[in-house]
Amino acid sequence: MNRKVMDFWVGVFVVISFAAVLFLALKVSNFSASSFASTYEITAKFDNIGGLKVRGPVKSAGVVVGRVADIRFDPQTYEANVVLKIESQYQFPKDTFASILTSGLLGEQYIGLDAGGDDRMIPAGGAVAKTQSAIVLEKLISQFLFNKASEGKKDADAQ
Amino acid sequence: MQALARFFSMVGANTIDRIWRLGFAARFFIGMLSHSGETFRRPRLLVRELYVSGVLSLIIILVSGLFVGLVLGLQGYDTLQRYGSSEALGILVALSLVRELGPVVAGLLFASRAGSSMTAEVGLMKATEQLTAMDMMAVNPLARIMAPRFWGGVLSMPLLAALFTAAGIFGGWLIGVVFIGVDEGAFWAQMQANVNFRDDVLNGIIKSAVFGVAVSLIAVFEGFDAVPTAEGVSRAITRTVVTSALAILALDFVLTSFMFRGL
Amino acid sequence: MPTPYVEINGLDFAYGERQILSGISMRLPKGKLTAIMGGSGCGKTTLLRLMGGQIQPTRGSLKVAGQEVSQLNERDLYQMRRRMGMLFQFGALFTDLSVYDNVAFPLREHTKLPESAIRDLVLLKLEAVGLRGASNLMPAELSGGMARRVALARSVALDPELILFDEPFTGLDPISLSIIATLIRRLTDALGATAVMVTHDVHESLAVVDYVYFMSAGRVVGSGTPDEIKVSADPYVYQFVHAQPDGPVHFHYPAVSLDEDLLAGAA
Repeated sequence: MNRKVMDFWVGVFVVISFAAVLFLALKVSNFSASSFASTYEITAKFDNIGGLKVRGPVKSAGVVVGRVADIRFDPQTYEANVVLKIESQYQFPKDTFASILTSGLLGEQYIGLDAGGDDRMIPAGGAVAKTQSAIVLEKLISQFLFNKASEGKKDADAQ
Repeated sequence: MQALARFFSMVGANTIDRIWRLGFAARFFIGMLSHSGETFRRPRLLVRELYVSGVLSLIIILVSGLFVGLVLGLQGYDTLQRYGSSEALGILVALSLVRELGPVVAGLLFASRAGSSMTAEVGLMKATEQLTAMDMMAVNPLARIMAPRFWGGVLSMPLLAALFTAAGIFGGWLIGVVFIGVDEGAFWAQMQANVNFRDDVLNGIIKSAVFGVAVSLIAVFEGFDAVPTAEGVSRAITRTVVTSALAILALDFVLTSFMFRGL
Repeated sequence: MPTPYVEINGLDFAYGERQILSGISMRLPKGKLTAIMGGSGCGKTTLLRLMGGQIQPTRGSLKVAGQEVSQLNERDLYQMRRRMGMLFQFGALFTDLSVYDNVAFPLREHTKLPESAIRDLVLLKLEAVGLRGASNLMPAELSGGMARRVALARSVALDPELILFDEPFTGLDPISLSIIATLIRRLTDALGATAVMVTHDVHESLAVVDYVYFMSAGRVVGSGTPDEIKVSADPYVYQFVHAQPDGPVHFHYPAVSLDEDLLAGAA
C-alpha cells in the first residue's frame, strides 16, 4: 500500500469526520456561545413546582436566560426550593416575579421571570422574593366546580 | 438422573471455561494497553490501521447512514402526520440518530466490516506462525500488531458514528423536505431547539467511543486467541461479529439508562 | 571440555496431563550444527520452542550461553533472542511486507543503522541465499523453496550466535532440498554460530550435520556423529535410518488381537 495514498485518505477521513461533528454541533443541536457562558445561581421557593424538571428553561420575555439547576424539598417549610442558573450577562432586580408557566397548552413547564423596577439586583446566591406556583389542573377544575356550585347556591338563596 | 447430572456438569464446565476466558481476555487487554506506547511513538503504524479500519469502512457507513435516514424520514413522516405533527420530523430523525441509531448501527457495521478484518489479519498471522516469528525476533506482537489495530479501531469508531449520523440526517432531510415537502425552516428550527449538544450529541459520541473500545478489543482478542488453523480463524471471525453485536447492544442499554434517565 | 552453548539436563515438559518430554539431556557445542531427529510427535519441535523460551519446562534445566532460559524476565529474554535466529517450517514471512522488508525487519527494529547501511546488509544476506534479484517480490509470489530461503536470510540478518531450524526440509523438491542443506551448513560455518536442526529427513541432514540426537516418545534414544549413526545397531536408530516400517516404533496402533476383533464382530 502506497504510503502517500494511505496518508491522503486517512487525512480525508479525519477531516470529513470533524466536519460531521461540526455539523452535528452547529446545525443539528443548539450548541452556541450560551452553552459555555458563565452563570450565577439564585434560588426561588415555590408551593408547587408542578411538572418543572431539572434542566428546564428559565425565560424572561420569552427568551431563554438560564436553566433550572436543582430542585430540592425543604422539610422545614414544606416548600420546593429551586436553584436557577442564570447567565452572568443578565441581572434581575430584587422585586422580580418568578412563576412557573406552561409552554403552549400542555407542553413542558418552565420558569418565567418578570422583571420588577428595583434599582438593586439579585446577587449571586440570592433569592427571588416573589414567586407564583404552578397551576395544577386538578385544583383548577375543582375550583371551577366549587365556584359553579356556590353560584348556583347563591342563585337558589336569592330566589 | 445421570443425564441431569451430566447436563449440570456441562453447564458448570462451560461457565468456568467462559470465566477463565474472560480473565484471559482481561489480562490480554491490560498487556496490550501497557504496550501501547509504541503505537503512539510510531504514527506510521496507527495511520495504517486508521486506513484499514476507518477509510475502508467509509463507503458502507455513509451509504447505510443515508438509507437509515431515508427510512426514518419516511416512517417518521407517515406516523407524525397522523397527529398533525409532521413538523417534528426533524426532531424525530435527529434524536433517533444522534442518541441511538448512529452509535449502535455504526457500531454493528464497524464490527462486521473492520472488526472481522482485524480478527482475520491477526488470526491468519497466528496460523502462519508470523506472530511467533516476530516474538522470536524479540519484537513483541502485542506492541507491534495488536495495540495499533486496537487504537486504530478505537479512534475510527466515533468518527464513523458521527459520519453515519450526519449522513442519516441528510437522508431524513432529503426525504422529508425535498421529496415530501415538510417545511424546511420548521425541520431545522425544531431540531435545533430540541437537540442538546451536551446531553444528546456528546452522549452519542461517548457511546460510540465505548463501542469502539469493546469491538476493537473483541476483534483483536479473538484473532489472538484463534485456533491456528484455517477453520479456527473463520470461527474466530464469526465469534467477533456475534460477540461484538451482543456487547454493543448490552452496553447501549447500560449507557442509555445512565445517560438518558429522567430526561 | 569447553562449556556447550546449549546445555540441557533432565528436562521434562508436560502439557496438562500429557507428558511430552521426559528426562532430556543434551549438549550442543558452540559452532557446531546438531540435528534432532525422530518421528512425528516425538517432541522435537517442543524442544525447539523450549530453547527459544516460548514455553517453560515443568522440570529440569535448559541453559543457553550459560543463562537459564526459563528464569529470564521479558526484557532479558528479548535480549537473548536478539542473538538468536529461527527458521520456521514454512518460512513465516510477513505477508504484507516485501522480501526486502522482511529481511530488513530485524535490522530496522533492533539497530539504529541508517537505511543505506541496512540496504547493504539486506542485499548481502539475500545474495548469500541467491535471491538478491527477488528483493521486490511479495511472499505470496514466491515458491516454497524461495520463501524458505528468504526466511533463512531473515533469520541470519543480525548475525546470530544460535540458529534454530524447525523442519527446514519439509515439502521441498530435491533441488531446493540440496540448496537449503548446503546453505544451512555454509551460513552456520560463516557465522561460527551454534545451530540446531529439527528434522526427520535422514539423508540430507546426515550429509551436513556434525552430531545427531535421536528422539522417540519424548526421550533421547540415541546419539552420535553421522558416521556412527549410519552404522549403529541400536534398534531405534536402525529402524529410522533404514526407513523400516516396523521396529521399536510399531506399525500397528495398539489394539486387541485380530482374531478377537473379528470374532466380536461376528457375535
